[in-house]
Amino acid sequence: MTATPATTPGGFLLVLAVLLPAGGVLLSFVLGGRAAGKIALGLTPVGFGLACLVAMKVAAAGAPIAYAIGGLPPPLGIALRADGVSAVMMVAAAIIVAASAFYARAKFVMPEGAPESRGALTFWIMIQAIWAALNLIFVGGDLFNLYVALELLTFAAVPLVCIDGRPETLRAALRYLLFALFGSVSYLLGVALLYGLYGALDISLLAQRVEAAPMVWTAAALMTAGLLAKTALFPLHLWLPPAHANAPAAASAVLSGLVVKGSFFLALRLWFYVLPGLPTAAPSVVLGALGALAVLFGSVLALRQARLKLLVAYSTVAQIGYLFFVFPLAAGAHVWSPLGWSGGLMQVLAHAFAKAAMFLAAGLVAEALGHDRIAGFTGAARALPLTFLTLGLGGLSLMGLPPSGGFEAKWLMLRASAASGQWLWSLPILGGGLLAGGYVYRILAPALADGEVEIKARPQRSREAVALGLAVLALALAFAPRGFFDFLEIGRPSVSRSAP
Amino acid sequence: MNASLLAGLVGAALVGLGLYGLIAHPHPLRKLLAFNLVGSGVFLVFGVVARRGAAAGYAFDPVPQAMVITGIVVAFAASALAVALILRLAVASGGVSLDPQGPAGRDAGEME
Repeated sequence: MTATPATTPGGFLLVLAVLLPAGGVLLSFVLGGRAAGKIALGLTPVGFGLACLVAMKVAAAGAPIAYAIGGLPPPLGIALRADGVSAVMMVAAAIIVAASAFYARAKFVMPEGAPESRGALTFWIMIQAIWAALNLIFVGGDLFNLYVALELLTFAAVPLVCIDGRPETLRAALRYLLFALFGSVSYLLGVALLYGLYGALDISLLAQRVEAAPMVWTAAALMTAGLLAKTALFPLHLWLPPAHANAPAAASAVLSGLVVKGSFFLALRLWFYVLPGLPTAAPSVVLGALGALAVLFGSVLALRQARLKLLVAYSTVAQIGYLFFVFPLAAGAHVWSPLGWSGGLMQVLAHAFAKAAMFLAAGLVAEALGHDRIAGFTGAARALPLTFLTLGLGGLSLMGLPPSGGFEAKWLMLRASAASGQWLWSLPILGGGLLAGGYVYRILAPALADGEVEIKARPQRSREAVALGLAVLALALAFAPRGFFDFLEIGRPSVSRSAP
Repeated sequence: MNASLLAGLVGAALVGLGLYGLIAHPHPLRKLLAFNLVGSGVFLVFGVVARRGAAAGYAFDPVPQAMVITGIVVAFAASALAVALILRLAVASGGVSLDPQGPAGRDAGEME
């Protein structure tokens, strides 16, 4: 990243994007549970509009927009920066948070006169806090500031897991917290080492100063290990399935679709923005190999689950594996790097929308049938056609069948692996698709079979439509125009270096 | 051996001990204490960085000290959250085992 001016026009939008949900948290806390739902629901369109404005500013400038907090430029001050990837992630986060909040109304909005519940207040506050933390992660330009954002994200995500207070949800939340604490302290130690070496924590300043020294590799390894624990990459995935399967469906959608992407986004920032000048081929292969193992283990374990939500959660473990192919396929400034980069980011988006849709649909199935045992789904598709259509369309993207964002992601990654001669990566990419086909078939086959199911409560059409809308978005990503991929390249260091 | 080196070594030892405890002890409260041990080690490393004036060449660098204060606040909040979860778990299940197949962990088949 070349030296961007301290504050660019439109930079204040980044501050607003972080402050808006953070202000919502404070207001919700003061006004209580009944108002919290209205505040959260009211803020989602505003936040979506802000994210779109940021994207338009970045597209218009063709360069990252930035804001120096307090008018102090780095290294003394803290900068917020939004490049193409940040803007796209902010828009995606706003859509998924809005969809989950709308879906959660049925469970967490308290009618006038009824007593307020602690669970509802927790949900509305924490979902806004997650949104604020994610926006800060997407625009943060300072590694220590990003540490604080990462902690905010964890502290907001953990209570969502145990919102109904059953012992197994508390256990899942505690395991999640302990893994996350290991992750944050490891990341923090890496930050301390980098600061000790270079006296700066600003991403673009560090990128100019880093050299291939043993201490830099130590710091990078510590930070990466911490981020992997928070992203739940194999073999640090153990906390994810119970945590994501036990949360309420609206929370699972945000946790699986967005929260794990927050720490992955930081890993991207570290390797592609802080260390792009270093020979990162060997560590990239290690990350890719862990990704391949995650695809294999996650998919096989998903095939063996008896409950729908656990199946979908294990599928997240597998799909997270795909994200890490971006490291071997996009590292360096090669001709194929933009392909790998586009493929990796497409996988982030496609999985976010598809998985959020599937968790929302799984929640509807569980409410309608009173259970989510796959063996008891016989004939359920006839009773709940829209919900199972959502599960099918989301599954289409996970498998990587055209037309879907998942197909686009895998196609780009396959092209990058062929162009770079690293054809070995095409095996897990293709094999994972086959395994995903297996577990999606396990959901749909009994549901489409002849049979009768007892419907306890018919789901509201509007909630079915929200889930279906997210699944359709996951498919629509397949039609992303070329300009979208050029937009993702805005502000990426290796590109601006090779540019004349 | 100068003071910075000694502090750095002690920090490294604390991180190592804490990591061992975090992995080896099954009890969540012990894991939490181990996390705090790792945290103390990391803060000590920050102290060494501040003492050495980082790379900026100052005699004392105030920035790492500011970061340690933030880090302590975050670690304190994390510990409070973890203790609250452990207490809730003890009240709800009569034990604090993290094993998902624990005494009250078998009822995971039904939901909502």
